[in-house]
Amino acid sequence: MSTEAKQKTEIKRTVKKLALIVLGMCGFVVALVPLYDLFCEVTGLNGKTGGPYVFDEARTSPDTSRLVKVNFLTNTNQGMTWDFWPQKGAVRVHPGSANTVSFYVKNTTGRPMIAQAIPSLVPSSAAEFFHKTECFCFEQQLLQPGEELEMPMRFIVDRGLPKNVSSINLSYALFDVTERVGLPENMQNVDNQVSPVAGG
Amino acid sequence: MSEVIHADHHDDHAHGPAKGMLRWLYTTNHKDIGTLYLWFSFAMFLIGGVMALVIRTELFQPGLQFIEPEFFNQMTTNHGLIMVFGAIMPAFVGLANWLIPMQVGAPDMALPRMNNLSFWILPFAFSMMISTLFMEGGGPNFGWTFYAPLSTTYAPDSVTYFIFAVHLMGASSIMGSINIIATILNMRAPGMTLMKMPMFVWTWLITAYLLIAVMPVLAGAVTMMLFDIHFNTSFFNAAGGGDPVMFQHIFWFFGHPEVYIMILPAFGIVSHIIPTFARKQLFGYTSMVYAVASIAFLSFIVWAHHMFTVGMPLAGQLFFMYSTMLIAVPTGVKVFNWIATMWRGSMTFETPMLFAIAFVVLFTMGGFSGLMLAITPADYQYHDTYFVVAHFHYVLVPGALFSIIAAVYFWIPKWTGKMYDESLGKLHFWLSFIGVNVTFFPQHFSGLAGMPRRIPDYALQFADFNMVSSIGAFIFGFSQLFFLYVVIKTIRSGAPAKGRSWEGAKGLEWILPSPAPYHSFTYPPEVKSEEVHG
Repeated sequence: MSTEAKQKTEIKRTVKKLALIVLGMCGFVVALVPLYDLFCEVTGLNGKTGGPYVFDEARTSPDTSRLVKVNFLTNTNQGMTWDFWPQKGAVRVHPGSANTVSFYVKNTTGRPMIAQAIPSLVPSSAAEFFHKTECFCFEQQLLQPGEELEMPMRFIVDRGLPKNVSSINLSYALFDVTERVGLPENMQNVDNQVSPVAGG
Repeated sequence: MSEVIHADHHDDHAHGPAKGMLRWLYTTNHKDIGTLYLWFSFAMFLIGGVMALVIRTELFQPGLQFIEPEFFNQMTTNHGLIMVFGAIMPAFVGLANWLIPMQVGAPDMALPRMNNLSFWILPFAFSMMISTLFMEGGGPNFGWTFYAPLSTTYAPDSVTYFIFAVHLMGASSIMGSINIIATILNMRAPGMTLMKMPMFVWTWLITAYLLIAVMPVLAGAVTMMLFDIHFNTSFFNAAGGGDPVMFQHIFWFFGHPEVYIMILPAFGIVSHIIPTFARKQLFGYTSMVYAVASIAFLSFIVWAHHMFTVGMPLAGQLFFMYSTMLIAVPTGVKVFNWIATMWRGSMTFETPMLFAIAFVVLFTMGGFSGLMLAITPADYQYHDTYFVVAHFHYVLVPGALFSIIAAVYFWIPKWTGKMYDESLGKLHFWLSFIGVNVTFFPQHFSGLAGMPRRIPDYALQFADFNMVSSIGAFIFGFSQLFFLYVVIKTIRSGAPAKGRSWEGAKGLEWILPSPAPYHSFTYPPEVKSEEVHG
């Protein structure tokens, strides 16, 4: 009997250890999401650009010895019918100088909608050297039917940009987030065609 | 749990199997539960097989003949999910239930009641998943890999049932694995040291660790999907700041160990059958154990080779390419050892041996096409083509599935006390062997020529390959019904089998009479050196 009792406690101990592994792996999955974001932020792997940047013009001088070409691309996500394009397809800038470009957007539908632009930058090694002090992608745009907008974007290419990078492609995808965010209350009666959908 | 074991133990001495059908619902006997798992997986195998035949029927000729593309997508998705989670995995768990307690000299599994629960969850999980096919909007149609946002934003409404079904399967696998590890680590007969354990026990011990490590990751992935769909989060939704590529990373962090979960126990089975019919000891037992352990470790660091085309820096591509190719080393050790075991053995070719040799040859071919896919620049051409389909079917059908069939022929005398009909078994083998190659070999060529997978229609140039493939699929499919006939015939009217059913068979299960008594090794057996594999 004593060996049997011993076996029982041993099984109990094994099961406890294994349950800890399972719990640990559950914790690992939860931690994966912020870890992935952090990893991408450090490496620029998923092409996301950083949030608002504070630029001190007095302390930085432009590197006039080199010019970097910045290409702008725009596209709208599936089901998003707005007009959306950059006013200039590309600009040549000196690293360290502040530049302003603008993007045109128009709500072509018959109802008020909210849009969100998501940036993506290639090559990923340039992502951490591309700073934006002002960008329409930091906020969402609520446009009335037929309303159009010029949206400014102010950016600085860091002087530390690797020497082998001579051009940067910045793409914006425009998403319809009307259902996700919800229109302000005073506009909701206009919005009677939109049916509530569970899927995000 | 300790009380459960206590109570069970005392019952064990008094009773045989209970009477009536409820026996199967309440049973905590490892042999009963093993039988349940095996029959369940065979039922799922037939359902998944019918789906495969629907796919092959539609692909018999170019153009759309029989089914709508939307339904085709549901068929490819459910075929994959059912074969992976419903057929292959439960079949291996069933074999583990039947064999591990006998092979280590234990009276039963460590946690018999949890064993019952982990089986009985499965019929509910799969009824739930299959029922979605009959719902408005249809069942899962996003591929067995369920990439977001296809499986979130663009999924049919029934996706929530799919998510909960995956949760249940995961819970079942985790409980089953905990049970297997607890049995192996604590209930071995005195003298059965770790390095004397049979290879099937070793491979399952490592597989069970893989399962408890990655099943929570799968559960996490589907839970995030659930939140994205119903609670307005944005884990995988780019509009809300999420990243769809993260889904692929999480999925394949689970998915790559998962494909080894489906092959490591097969390695174990083949390492029993080949020495038996070569009448030699397994060559290089120790290196076999370390090879399995290395494959298991490497499986955690190669996941991104499934997603070379998402855009990855050069360093990442090189890392995942080299680490993937590294797996060929321990796998090569195993193949070498099996061949060395056969070298100058006095071999006979009974049905289990035929399936085992076919396993070695055809699995190796699947491994080689895997090496081709691992070459990053080449993968850009092969990605999402029928070459990939041919690759993973070669490792899963003549790989995992052949090993399961071989195991059934090998151990069925022990389970039923009766011998199968050797000529029917051989006929089954040759039908399966020809069928599987006629089905999947042409897919290498259509894939290299650029035929995309998961599409119900194709360009005319692929017509001949697809017709051949469809004919092979029907030969293979119907020969598995023949397998069912052979098994039923064995159970009903097979010749009586000896305790040691095969001349060269070694291991504790063969010192028991056939059929194995309902309760075996109530007192631990003596582990004699001539019964030890290594």
